[in-house]
Amino acid sequence: MAEKTHPPEPIVRWNSGRADRRRRLWRRFRRRPMPMIGLTLVVAFLVLAVFGPLVSGDPSAQDYLATLMPPSIDHPLGTDDLGRDAFARVASGARTSLQAGVLSTLLAMAVGIPIGLAAGFYRRWLDSIVMRLVDVTLAFPFLVFAVGLAAILGPSLRGVVLALSFAQLPAVIRITRGEVLAIREMDYVSAAIADGATDGHILFRYILPNSAGPLIVQATVAIPTAIIGEATLSFLGLGVQPPTPSWGVMLSDAQQYLDQAPWLAIWPGLLIALATLGFNLLGDGLRDVLDPRSGP
Amino acid sequence: MLWFVLRRGGAALIVLFLASVLIFLGIRALPGDPALVMAGEDATPQAVAAIRHAYGLDKPLPTQYVDYVGQVLSGNLGRSTQDQLPVGQILVERLPVTLELSALALLVAIMIGVLSGIVAAVRRGRLADYVATGFGLIGLSVPHFWLGLLGILLFSVTLHWLPASGFIPFTQDPAGNLQRMVLPALVLGTGFAAVLMRQTRSAMLGALSADYVRTARSKGLSETKVVGAHALRNSLTTVITVLGLQLGALISGAVVVEQIFVLPGFGKLTIDAVLTRNYPVIQAVVLVTVTGYVLVNLLVDIAYALLNPRVRLSGGSRG
Repeated sequence: MAEKTHPPEPIVRWNSGRADRRRRLWRRFRRRPMPMIGLTLVVAFLVLAVFGPLVSGDPSAQDYLATLMPPSIDHPLGTDDLGRDAFARVASGARTSLQAGVLSTLLAMAVGIPIGLAAGFYRRWLDSIVMRLVDVTLAFPFLVFAVGLAAILGPSLRGVVLALSFAQLPAVIRITRGEVLAIREMDYVSAAIADGATDGHILFRYILPNSAGPLIVQATVAIPTAIIGEATLSFLGLGVQPPTPSWGVMLSDAQQYLDQAPWLAIWPGLLIALATLGFNLLGDGLRDVLDPRSGP
Repeated sequence: MLWFVLRRGGAALIVLFLASVLIFLGIRALPGDPALVMAGEDATPQAVAAIRHAYGLDKPLPTQYVDYVGQVLSGNLGRSTQDQLPVGQILVERLPVTLELSALALLVAIMIGVLSGIVAAVRRGRLADYVATGFGLIGLSVPHFWLGLLGILLFSVTLHWLPASGFIPFTQDPAGNLQRMVLPALVLGTGFAAVLMRQTRSAMLGALSADYVRTARSKGLSETKVVGAHALRNSLTTVITVLGLQLGALISGAVVVEQIFVLPGFGKLTIDAVLTRNYPVIQAVVLVTVTGYVLVNLLVDIAYALLNPRVRLSGGSRG
């Protein structure tokens, strides 16, 4: 691209550098205990998902001499009906959970943000069509859509990720569009337009970075929803298929052995709850810092 | 108001039309020949051809769609590929179970959620508030199916108070029916109670600091009256909106809870249909769910407008 004069910097920088702003946000975030508890839980979940499977051994290794064993030194969380180590399965399940949560959120953002940007920026018929489509999407309860997708694609992690990201699309599109509508009226955008900046430059250099706060908050809401969604679909047999470890599949298996091995029903559910709680607390904290206008 | 209802109703019809097109196309997007899928893997070519003709699959798509809508409107939803029963009849048998479960769960959610939300707001910053808020956060984070398993573990396996699963129709044995529905309804209701609690609390906090509440207090009204007649009434719109927005989650939750407690409802029918690739049933279940969802949302919008005149004057949209 040819050299051209640059429009004025966005106001969001205030009068200090970006690093300063980040430090200030971090200080505000750190002051309260709840978001820090959330952050700790989320980091613990990430560590379990990334490093757990490396140290825990093979989650599919069966030992028919040690089925439904209670927690012991060899098997800290016990073994399941096929003699598989519950800790190894829980750790690999965390990875499946993380994949479903993060991939579906990234996919929804990758598809939803450009649509929301375009709808909010160009408005007119494009906006009307997009918003009507969003309404139709909202008319499908998540599980109904997931059921339809499982019927068409067959139960799989891929189907789960698609269904979960589809379920998040309306929120991503609405949030992005709303931000664009507000930000495009700002003086620095008018200045950029007057300066002859291209649409793409305005959208990605000025509007998108200033919409980041609400979108990050949305991601912290979407990931735990997706984690529960994956577990639910897998529990119902519509998601991840055995022998791939998933917390939902583990709970579904555990239901048959509630009276003999109740501990099998405790761990996966507790981890789902803790991971979800962590993201929810983190999201509440981030919302206070990044997006103070909205809020519960 | 009439204009508002007509406009909302029209929008709902458009959504239903698009949804029906999607469902219609969805079943045709299946890999392979739908007639072959419906006939089963080891059907003879004659049987496949018969099905293709019976379902009008040899006609052009728009004609097929018109036929399909005509049949649905006349109450013909096809036959289940499992037992050849009319799908409409199966739905009529299964729906009451799910409706009872949902109604009981909503009752639980409203009783626990709204009451604790009010208490948390009135006693803000004190012990009751922290307890309610804490339970709210936990209720949001615990998935239904785990709560269900824990419930069975505690009340059925350990304490032997309640049966772990099964269903008896209310008309046959009301006590036995309720005994089997208590735990599922509690499990399904808890998550919504948490959502309702959080929303009621924040709506009540907003209302309690509003000018009209200060006026009511300075007039010397009793605190019960201030909270009940003024603040709560103005918080109800929020509660109703949340109920409408949570409907999808209620449907999903019912599916899960029915699966855990082996209740022969709509949700169990859905999952069984997907696992056995019973396409006529899947198609009907999705259609009925979406229709119910759109209708209830329409009712919520109308109730919302009735409670809050600003909505119908501005014709504003929710969310």
